[in-house]
Amino acid sequence: MIPVQRPPVLEVENLDIAFNTKSGTIHATREVSFSVRQGETLALVGETSSGKSVTCLGLLGLTPPPPYCQIGGSAKMTTRDGTVHQLIGRPETDLRRLRGAAASVIFQEPMTSLNPVHTVGEQIAEPLRIHRGLSPRAATARALELLDLVRISDPRRRLDNYPHELSGGMRQRVMIAVAIACEPALLIADEPTTALDVTIQAQILELLSDLQRQTDMAMIFITHNLGIVAEIADRVMVMYAGRVVEQGDVVPIFTAPRMPYTRGLLDSLPRLEPGRPRRSLLRAIPGNVPDPTAHPPGCTFGPRCDHFRAGLCDSAIPPLEQTAPGHAARCLRLDAIANAAGVSA
Amino acid sequence: MTAPDTLLSVRDLRKWFTIKAGFFGAPKVVLKAVDGVSFDLRRGEVLSLVGESGSGKSTVGRAVLNLEPPTAGTVHFGQALISDKSPDQMRPLRRAMQMVFQDPYASLNPKHTVETILSAPLQIHMPEMDADQQREKVAAILSTVGLSPAHARRYPHEFSGGQRQRIGLARALMTNPELLVADEPVSALDVSVQAQVINLMLELKDSLGLTMLFISHDLAVVGHISDRIAVMYLGRLVEIADTDSLLTRPRHPYTIALLAAAPNPDPTRRRKRQLLLGDIPSPLSPPSGCPFRSRCYAALPACAQTVPDLRTVGPGHARACIRDDL
Repeated sequence: MIPVQRPPVLEVENLDIAFNTKSGTIHATREVSFSVRQGETLALVGETSSGKSVTCLGLLGLTPPPPYCQIGGSAKMTTRDGTVHQLIGRPETDLRRLRGAAASVIFQEPMTSLNPVHTVGEQIAEPLRIHRGLSPRAATARALELLDLVRISDPRRRLDNYPHELSGGMRQRVMIAVAIACEPALLIADEPTTALDVTIQAQILELLSDLQRQTDMAMIFITHNLGIVAEIADRVMVMYAGRVVEQGDVVPIFTAPRMPYTRGLLDSLPRLEPGRPRRSLLRAIPGNVPDPTAHPPGCTFGPRCDHFRAGLCDSAIPPLEQTAPGHAARCLRLDAIANAAGVSA
Repeated sequence: MTAPDTLLSVRDLRKWFTIKAGFFGAPKVVLKAVDGVSFDLRRGEVLSLVGESGSGKSTVGRAVLNLEPPTAGTVHFGQALISDKSPDQMRPLRRAMQMVFQDPYASLNPKHTVETILSAPLQIHMPEMDADQQREKVAAILSTVGLSPAHARRYPHEFSGGQRQRIGLARALMTNPELLVADEPVSALDVSVQAQVINLMLELKDSLGLTMLFISHDLAVVGHISDRIAVMYLGRLVEIADTDSLLTRPRHPYTIALLAAAPNPDPTRRRKRQLLLGDIPSPLSPPSGCPFRSRCYAALPACAQTVPDLRTVGPGHARACIRDDL
């Protein structure tokens, strides 16, 4: 476990991201607050339109500029030299200096995030030349080291390859090499293994954990796959319809979830453990994720919730309430549900 | 020639694609997507084909329905040999064998209402039905898959991913098929919705007596839904067994590695995994001998010599590996 006294790398408070569209304003995230510490992995879990990806895009200034998109709240990032930067409302030129140097992103689809007309070596060298001012020769030498670090076989030959000559797993390794080239304090990985096969996924997860241990970077791992969360996260933040609905350390989130949505997600998973009843019905969550333009009143999960009480759950949006040190959940009926389940509240 | 409880019998199925035609005497490049696959599907059972991309699992699915005629081998549906039939000859049989696709966004025509989409199979396979009967059937099947008959007038874009997959299932069920081939039917869905569709498929299987060939890369889903599991690697079956037998005592190194690589949603039981090195080799130039040997942690020099046969290692359990000590 990560000791609590590690310094925070990113502290986000009340992040609101809203898109102005022809059919009105869509609130992609509301009141999102969290922090990530050095050497820690925070998993951001959620389904379609939960706001998990847009949270990270917004933080790095990768959402469209105003008036198309409005961002409110605060996000403080501490770089490796100890400087604190406010990310929200920062001019693009400043953000550009931070992106790729202090904070990097890996996206889901390595084929579309790599440039097809540049060699792998050029793409890894680029952030080193821009942010670190390395000469082309020095940058290429460092690119070779990085390819070796991300365990690509025959790295010298791969430097001159184009992305289409590589397999999906190797492309993702190249993406990781680009992302960690400048030793960022924060790495955001947005579904980095979703497009990969399971055996390759396992390799990439192992690689990311090893790199994190070596460089002590903080990592935000965005995924919908709870199996991956259980494998790599220190802390977990569950999002639903743009809001944080539960956050806490990984073990309590899985063993004693408090918010009915988190519990529902875990219950609905088919599992591999031997002895589990097979071909039985799974405990699925009824209904669908709400349309972002038409959220239900009160708790957005209410219409799908087993514990829904008319007049209570549809009257006000529940606050994110602390339930234990380092654990919070957004539900008006936390105590009632815990008592009913025989769990001490 | 096939046992009466066998609905589908596949023998030595091969599907090869020629990638580059010989040009100025250059050798042809042949991609052996499926290379000698045999299995039986009993009536009422769910058999899953598992494998990674490039393993040939989807090609098997398409070839057993004769959507793409196999290069070699035979497929019997009931007593009928279907692998040598022309599309015209297949049409009367298609009623009994239907397919569900992965992407519920791409597999429904956006310009057609649900009613039009669902009645198309009736117009082809049951032309004797009049318009009223068709409408009734559409309404009945929509209820069967958990949608409302009022949904018939809507267009695909008005539905969520899970609802679209229900429509895809409904379309497959319109002609009362015996065999359903489902290619990654829940892979594109959100977790909470995925469980709904898995439940629906299990319920439909029981209530309609369906036989299913379920194609997926997700071992947890496959482990939950299947009676038997067949594991594919580079166009070949490497292991086939009853679900419990395969999950509790996998006998092929690839199956063992796949199970170890599947992320387990239990943070109290993190483990150091047996990691497979490298990628799936290109199907254009598979390794000699055992196709898995280039990534296998148990490979011996002898593995490069011959392609191992699928041999019985227990009741209903067969695997293709020469390492008898595993």
